[in-house]
Parts: sequence; C-alpha cells; structure tokens
Amino acid sequence: MNDEIIFFIDGVQVTGRPGQTIIEAADEAGVYIPRLCHYPGIEAWGSCRVCTVAANGRPCSACTQPITTGLVVENDTETLREYRKSIIEMLFVEGNHFCMFCEKSGDCELQALAYRMGITAPRYPYLWPEREVDASHPDVIIDRNRCILCARCVRVSRDVDGKAVFQFVERGPEKKLTVNAEARLKDTDLDVTDEALDVCPVGALLKKRVGYAVPVGERMYDQEPIGSDIESNTDAAPAAATEVEA
Amino acid sequence: MSTTTTRKVVIEPVTRVEGHGKVTILLDEAGQVERARLHIVEFRGFERFIQGRPFWEMPVAVQRLCGICPVSHHLAAAKAMDRIVGGENLTPTAEKMRRLMHYGQMFQSHSLHFFHLASPDLLFGFGADPELRNVIAVAGKFPELGKQGIMMRKYGQEIIRMTAGKKIHGTGAIPGGINKNLTIAERDELLVELDQMKIWARAAVKIARDYTVDNLEMALGFGSFESSHMSIVRADGAMDLYDGGLRAITADGKTIFDHVDNQRYADYIAEEVKPWSYMKFPFIKSIGPENGWYRVGPLARVNACDFIDTPEAEAVRQEFMAVTDGKPNNVTLAYHWTRMIETLHAVEKIEELLHDPDLQGDDLVVKGERRNETVGIIEAPRGTLFHHYVVDDNDQVVMANLIVSTTSNNEPMNRAVEGVAKKYLSGREITEGLLNHVEVAIRAYDPCLSCATHALGQMPLVVDLVDASGALLDTRKRG
Repeated sequence: MNDEIIFFIDGVQVTGRPGQTIIEAADEAGVYIPRLCHYPGIEAWGSCRVCTVAANGRPCSACTQPITTGLVVENDTETLREYRKSIIEMLFVEGNHFCMFCEKSGDCELQALAYRMGITAPRYPYLWPEREVDASHPDVIIDRNRCILCARCVRVSRDVDGKAVFQFVERGPEKKLTVNAEARLKDTDLDVTDEALDVCPVGALLKKRVGYAVPVGERMYDQEPIGSDIESNTDAAPAAATEVEA
Repeated sequence: MSTTTTRKVVIEPVTRVEGHGKVTILLDEAGQVERARLHIVEFRGFERFIQGRPFWEMPVAVQRLCGICPVSHHLAAAKAMDRIVGGENLTPTAEKMRRLMHYGQMFQSHSLHFFHLASPDLLFGFGADPELRNVIAVAGKFPELGKQGIMMRKYGQEIIRMTAGKKIHGTGAIPGGINKNLTIAERDELLVELDQMKIWARAAVKIARDYTVDNLEMALGFGSFESSHMSIVRADGAMDLYDGGLRAITADGKTIFDHVDNQRYADYIAEEVKPWSYMKFPFIKSIGPENGWYRVGPLARVNACDFIDTPEAEAVRQEFMAVTDGKPNNVTLAYHWTRMIETLHAVEKIEELLHDPDLQGDDLVVKGERRNETVGIIEAPRGTLFHHYVVDDNDQVVMANLIVSTTSNNEPMNRAVEGVAKKYLSGREITEGLLNHVEVAIRAYDPCLSCATHALGQMPLVVDLVDASGALLDTRKRG
C-alpha cells in the first residue's frame, strides 16, 4: 500500500500520509494554516472555521478534511484571508476581550492571530455580552468573557483527562461553556494538573495566582508571529514541499 | 436677557493639565469675583468595574486609568496585592527593581510637567500670547531646554521599559515581587546617559529655584495659602517615594500624625462628597471636613520630610527650606522648585540602584500568609496615592477604593483658583491672558484630572463666566 499522498497547497506540492487532514499534512510540510479550535492529538472539531481553505474549489475546514491524491488546496489567498479576518473580528466583538490587562496577553492565540492578520480594530459593533466568571475552584478560574467556544477544554478533559468536566449548553448567541456539576467549578473533579487547563487558546480557563509571571518580551508571541514555529519546520519543509507549476 | 448684572466666567477646557476640567468664576454686580470653583467633569468608574476580577489582575488593570503615571497605580496595586499573598517583605531584587521603576517614572513625569506643561508660563509669562504659551514655542525659542525635556522624559521611559516590560502599562510588578531583573546589558545602557541626566536635573533645579526666588513677591500672592501637608516618610524621617508611614504636618510644621501604618489610613483620612464635582474631597479626620484638607505632592513631601537621603537633593532642599527659615513653604508656585528637587533626587537614586548588584538577583517573588483586606500607598509624582481592596476567598476583588493625589489636592486647587481669580480678575475686563493666570495656579499642582475621577475624554479645561442669576455670560474653551 502506498503510504504517500501527493497534493498541492497554493501551488506547492506537499507530501502527506493516508489518514491525515489537510492541516496535519500542512503542519508537517511547514505550511501554516491559521486555526483556533484545532489542537494536535485530539479529535478534530471544525467549529471555529478559521482554518477554512478551498479544497478543489470547495470551502472546508482544513482540520477535518482528509487529504487525497492530487487535491488542490488554496490557503493563503486574498479571499480566504478576508474570511478569516472576519471570523476573528466576530470573535472579538461577541465576547469581552480586554487584551490590555488580560494575563494571557502575549500568549493568546486569538490576539496573536489578530496581530498576524493586521487587525487593528474590528469592523463590527461590540455586543458587550454579560458573561459569568466562575472563581469558585481553589486553583482554577473560568472567565467566560473571553471564551470563544473552541471546545478544546471539553475534548481534552473528556478524552485525555478522562473526566468530562466541561460541556456546552444553550445554542446560538446563548451558547456557553458550563461545567459537569450541579453548581460551580469547585463541585467538579477538576484538578489543577489536568491537561485541559493547558489548551485554552485564550484567557478563559486560567490557573489562579500565576498570571503575569512571564515578562513582556518573553511571552509566546512577543518575538515571532503565531505560526512561525510551523513555518520554520525546516526539517519537514524541504523534503515534503516542492514548488511545482500549478 | 438677565435682569441682574452678576456674571459667571467659565474656563473650559483647562489646558496643559492631565485630564478634563472646568473652572467657573462667579462675578457680582460690581464685577468683583465672588466665588471660583474647579469642577472635574470626568467620571472614572474603576472601583466598580474591577469588582469580581481576580486580585492578581489589579496591578495591570488599574494602571489603565492613566497613561501619564500608570507606574504609580501599577506599584500601589502591587504593594496592596503583596499583602494579599503575604509577600509584603519583598526580596532585595524585587524591591529595588520596583524602586528603579518608580524613580524612572518620577524622573519622566516631573520632566514632562516642568518642560512641556509648565515652562511656557514661566518662560513667556502668564499673560503672554497664547501662540507662545506651548511646548512648540519653547522648543523654538529655547531649543536646548526643549531637547532636555524630551531626552529626560525618554530616559525615564527607558527605565520603565526595562523594569516593567513596556514604557507604558507594563507588567513588571506582580503580587509578592517582580517578574524580571535588570540585565547587565540593560544596566550598562542606562549608565551611558546617566551623567548627562544629572547635569540636566541640576540645571532644572536652578531654573525653578531662580524663577521662584526672582519672583517671590508675586509668588507669595499668587494663589498661595496656608495648609496642612501630607506624605509618606521613611522610619527615620527621610523622604521616601516608594514606601513609608503617613505623616501630616500643619502649615507651620507641627505634627498632626506621624508614621501611621498604611493599613490604618482610614482611621486618619476620610472623604467628603460635594454635589458640583465628581471628585471627592479628602480630609484629616481629627480636624474635620471644613479645615482638614491638606496638600500632597512635591511641595508637601519636601515640607514634610526631615531630610533627603541623597546629597545633591538634600543640599537643594536645605536651600529651599532656608527661604522660609525651615518652616513649611506654603507658596503654590513653589511646587515647581520642589518638583525639580525631586527630579534630582530621583536621578541620584537611579544612580545608586544601577550600581547595586541586587538588581541582577534571581530571587524575584516571595509569598506567605494569605489576607483578604489590603492597603497599598505610594508617593506618585503628584502626591500620595492610596489603593484599598477587599478580596474574597475565591480571589475576587469585592471592594476597591482609590484616593489619588489630585483628589487630595482638590480643595487646595480650588483655593488657588479662587485666590488667583479674586486677585487678578476682579473688576477687570476678562481677557484670555488673565484667564490663563487661573490655569497657571491649577498647573502648579500638575493635576491628573482623569486619574482623580474617571477618564472619558482628553485633557482640556473650560472657564464659564456666569451672572448672579446663573446666566452664562461668556465661555472660553481651549485644548
């Protein structure tokens, strides 16, 4: 059985393996596709749509779409960049994101994507929703003002920690992150060592009393834009990606 | 049309101050000034919207109420949160890094005020053409002074960047410590320009001193009045801008209270609300609301301390105190001189710290017994700054009260405004130059009006002229 799948991203030939999604193969090839809900090693979710690409001309989420031989993927195009910016801006206005004092600033994937995409201010009006903060747990706080409903914590708690502490309730604009308990976070079996706490892309799920410990200049995205680690994946890039005529 | 002949003048906005304010001057039938008030027309709101937020956010969140001296709020909140985590006995590296940050801020803020905001009045005259009374004209006519102001400010801002991570709104101070030390490379970069900063700071003291001495007779009658003075001082009575007990003295130097534990400030200071201003009126409880008001800031600090622990600043402090035979100086315009004495003190302290190897230490944070209520007090450039918080067992802030320096100077600024208005405006045709005299009195305090209330706007001031019936006769707006 052939264990290589040849396909194309923005005209560049990429080699992947059977069973990989577009985003997995692209990561290995050193091609960055922006994403928020996607997290390596857990079930694909496909909800944020930030990784939307055109596969053989059809829009789809790169984190859920399997690669196939000869697939032509458009990623870094003007149209897709605009779609993604639009999604990021909607995420900003539908929550209460105050980067200026958020302890996740500099380490926040939403903020980093906005910087990478050159978003200086959202084009949509702020909704200023009322969101609840749950600080009942001795070591962990949920600040729903910043939650973007990516479900990373939901999946990791369920599939990695084996606890299913988090879940969503309601639908549409009312949809929110909740906990698997009668009352509050303190009533769950969440532990501060749970891996679910390490995957939140924003400042919605935080360990208490450790904020701001890393100085400005040394935070995750202070020096290089988000995605730079993937783009500098030089081990994979020369071997897997070769520029060819489209 | 009004049937009475009493008039009201409004100065709105007041210019070259930090924040947005308005002055109302009420004239009687003979054109004499009956009453003058400084109204603060902004609303802050921070005490309310930080409720429910986790306590460790405070040093970073609350400093956002100002862009001029956010370091003061950053450090006052951090000092308060030190006590929440039981880390008030900081490691030497943490305390010295915070002090370096604070002296850097004092240096840049005082320089900004003196060179950019106040110098046009002092160099060109209070009644000079408004085209001249700005920092651009200063830079044109006195290019060396203009340059010094910019470079001194830049130096202070670089210190803040190296200690807090950013020039404005950094994150250096955290509950129980600091998140970085000063690298050798950073230290060496600051040492390069240090001597030049000292030369300029000495020269600035001389400018302010000469101006005050040469114009002493005018200054004595320019919005001056006797008042109490308050600041924190070190245990041995030295000026200490970062930490110490509260001391208040009367206008002639008698002690009202001394070395008051910061946690017990509310036993000594209370606040009164008046219907015509968003700013509260703090007062010393033992004297009462009518006469218990006091001044804070450089003048109050130099008056209140027993000595300054750096040699050059102490020498000029002694020269300053000699003018009033060692008694407190109550001249409003003397704020400028004392502000420059503190600028010199700040750069001497910066030098001392830059040569201290503790700044390269790695022991940055300490924690101990958890508490729920806390007070952090610091001397901000404009005066004593109080941060008082209550935190619940879930780590959320449930109460916050901030008394900022400009709030303490509220009554003194009103007194200065009324004094100058009565002396210079009564019975005369109100001109722009005369109205600027009122602003000069306000500017002496270097007020931060956005800090003192709750900022929604820029930093201008308005003057209204109103008759006895309340009808508006004239308004002047600038900014």
